[in-house]
Amino acid sequence: MVLIYSDDIDITKELIAKGKELADETGGKVISTIIGEVDEEAANELIYHGSDEVIVVDAETGEFKADKYAQVLNQLVEKTDSEIILIGSNKNGKELAPRLAVKLETGCVTDCTDLYFEDDALTAERIAYSGKAIAVQTFTSKPYVATIPPKNFDPLPKDESRQGEITREKVEVTETGLRIIDIQEKEIKGVNVEDAEIIVSCGRGFDNKEDIELAEELAGSLRGATIGCSRPVAADLKWLPEDHWIGLSGHKVKPNLYVAIGISGQIQHIAGMRDSETVVAINENEDAPIFESADYGIVGDLYEVLPKLIDAINEEKG
Amino acid sequence: MNIAVCVKDVVDVSEIKIDEKTNEPILEGISREVSDIEKSAVEEAIKIKEEYGGKITVLTVGSVENMENIKELLAMGADEAVIISPPEEPDYTVVSELLAGAIDEIGDIDIVLCGEASIDLFSGQVGPRVAELLDIPQITYAEGLEAEEEKIVGERDVGGNKVMTVESSYPVLVTVTKEINDPRLPSLQEILGAANKPINEWESDEFMDHEIKPTMETKDIRGVSMERKNIIFDEDELEDSVKKLAENLAKEGLLE
Ligand SMILES: Cc1cc2nc3c(=O)[nH]c(=O)nc-3n(C[C@H](O)[C@H](O)[C@H](O)COP(=O)(O)OP(=O)(O)OC[C@H]3O[C@@H](n4cnc5c(N)ncnc54)[C@H](O)[C@@H]3O)c2cc1C
Ligand SMILES: Nc1ncnc2c1ncn2[C@@H]1O[C@H](COP(=O)(O)O)[C@@H](O)[C@H]1O
Repeated sequence: MVLIYSDDIDITKELIAKGKELADETGGKVISTIIGEVDEEAANELIYHGSDEVIVVDAETGEFKADKYAQVLNQLVEKTDSEIILIGSNKNGKELAPRLAVKLETGCVTDCTDLYFEDDALTAERIAYSGKAIAVQTFTSKPYVATIPPKNFDPLPKDESRQGEITREKVEVTETGLRIIDIQEKEIKGVNVEDAEIIVSCGRGFDNKEDIELAEELAGSLRGATIGCSRPVAADLKWLPEDHWIGLSGHKVKPNLYVAIGISGQIQHIAGMRDSETVVAINENEDAPIFESADYGIVGDLYEVLPKLIDAINEEKG
Repeated sequence: MNIAVCVKDVVDVSEIKIDEKTNEPILEGISREVSDIEKSAVEEAIKIKEEYGGKITVLTVGSVENMENIKELLAMGADEAVIISPPEEPDYTVVSELLAGAIDEIGDIDIVLCGEASIDLFSGQVGPRVAELLDIPQITYAEGLEAEEEKIVGERDVGGNKVMTVESSYPVLVTVTKEINDPRLPSLQEILGAANKPINEWESDEFMDHEIKPTMETKDIRGVSMERKNIIFDEDELEDSVKKLAENLAKEGLLE
């Protein structure tokens, strides 16, 4: 059996697609789990997208806590006799999977970009050294626990004629010393940099938040490109919300065009955008490493370059 | 408050080049460092110690090729270091078992601090694994931390534009992001003063009561090269440079 869990239903659907492929090789079913809320509609969604079964775990389990959810999944692995456990690689999934692996006394690979059987053992590929290399790792223990980042596999097309069993489980968990005091949800328009075809990305070369408008103006003349940013712009300065953040610890993108403005091009940023088709860099420092990772570059002050570039692009478009 | 900080001696990733013949990353001769995130973990430990007293032990599994990296952490304010040599090529199971075993051996630890992930492989496994082995709660991705007498309060950005405030009893494991603080740079005096702080080297069989076997095997690490055109437009007039850029983008069909 392949057991699947993510608190993000979109990721769950992607994992089901991969899980099905693996289940075809091992035999057995794909079983998805929904923990903490009883949502009939979501359960059906997962069946329509290829899950053979869905287990809905009782709401009493409460808000996500890694130590508690690891207890839940540990019991479900046992109950379903699962050999492969796929977990979505968002922050919750990544703090959950290693704890579960310890309970199961087994190996775990986080952020797998691929997963396949080779010589009867599950083999995982993941990025190493900030994208400069791919590590190929084989499990020497069972069951197999892996986390998979979003947008790595395409979900199966929705098929509303599919049938599957939906079961409810009540799972006993012990409370731990952790308490959630407060969750602040920032009401902002979400962006999806992962699917963007053109990205205009802002770094610490911008002097203040308001100036990001310049980048937005450029984005406007580039078919309404999506705005991205480096880690400090999102994490330190908080000028843009986290979903714009590109890089090793942020989102991985692969647009046709990536325009890096005032971004130095540290390896951890490159890790997120190295699969871009064409890269343009604008930076006042001619020695900035971003130029090594760029197809086209202009050395100059972004405040001078951007207005002129916008004019030139508009002129070129006629 | 007794604190253990787990740090890893890693290659400076930005220096790594790919061997064109073997397509493998060249790791020899590259300078090694303790990543900034783990220095932030040490800094956080020092701040807590300044308020509550106690002892800070820095723990690392693996050979330390550049001892200055560990001495710098002692100069910052950690009290003692333990370097644990693993039995063989360690995977995450082995590293975390050794760290949890060493933390047990030291005893009476209130807080275990780790980085959100190591800068070379960026797995984020060791923190949660150690917490599970010690059977204690964890606060991951902390970007703010406030230790109180009976509990610790952490701020964490959990993605999806959600920021969470959580509290935990002691003992607890916390993984920090690099935004949590700016690690201090030790003064020359502090560097000299740290020369006598103990750096202990432990063999695993001295403190582990059971054998540990790896659960994963690395079969291959292959380089990924990135080919770029590297054309810089550097005309006398900026107008001409941006025009050339726009022309090239048009030629590639990116302005349609
Ligand atoms: C564990 C870890 C994970 C990380 N993950 C990520 C990640 O996911 N994404 C990420 O981006 N970073 C990440 N980082 C941080 C990364 O190492 C760099 O610190 C960061 O990318 C730098 O951001 P920046 O280029 O915007 O700022 P800086 O490095 O400060 O660069 C600013 C650039 O702007 C240029 N500039 C300044 N003024 C102007 C001007 N007027 N006109 C034109 N150019 C100008 C400067 O020459 C400079 O090159 C991570 C770091 C660690 C340790
Ligand atoms: N070999 C090691 N020795 C000590 N601590 C480690 C080691 N490897 C990882 N860590 C700690 O665990 C964190 C996460 O590492 P990783 O799971 O490798 O991404 C790091 O930031 C360190 O705090």
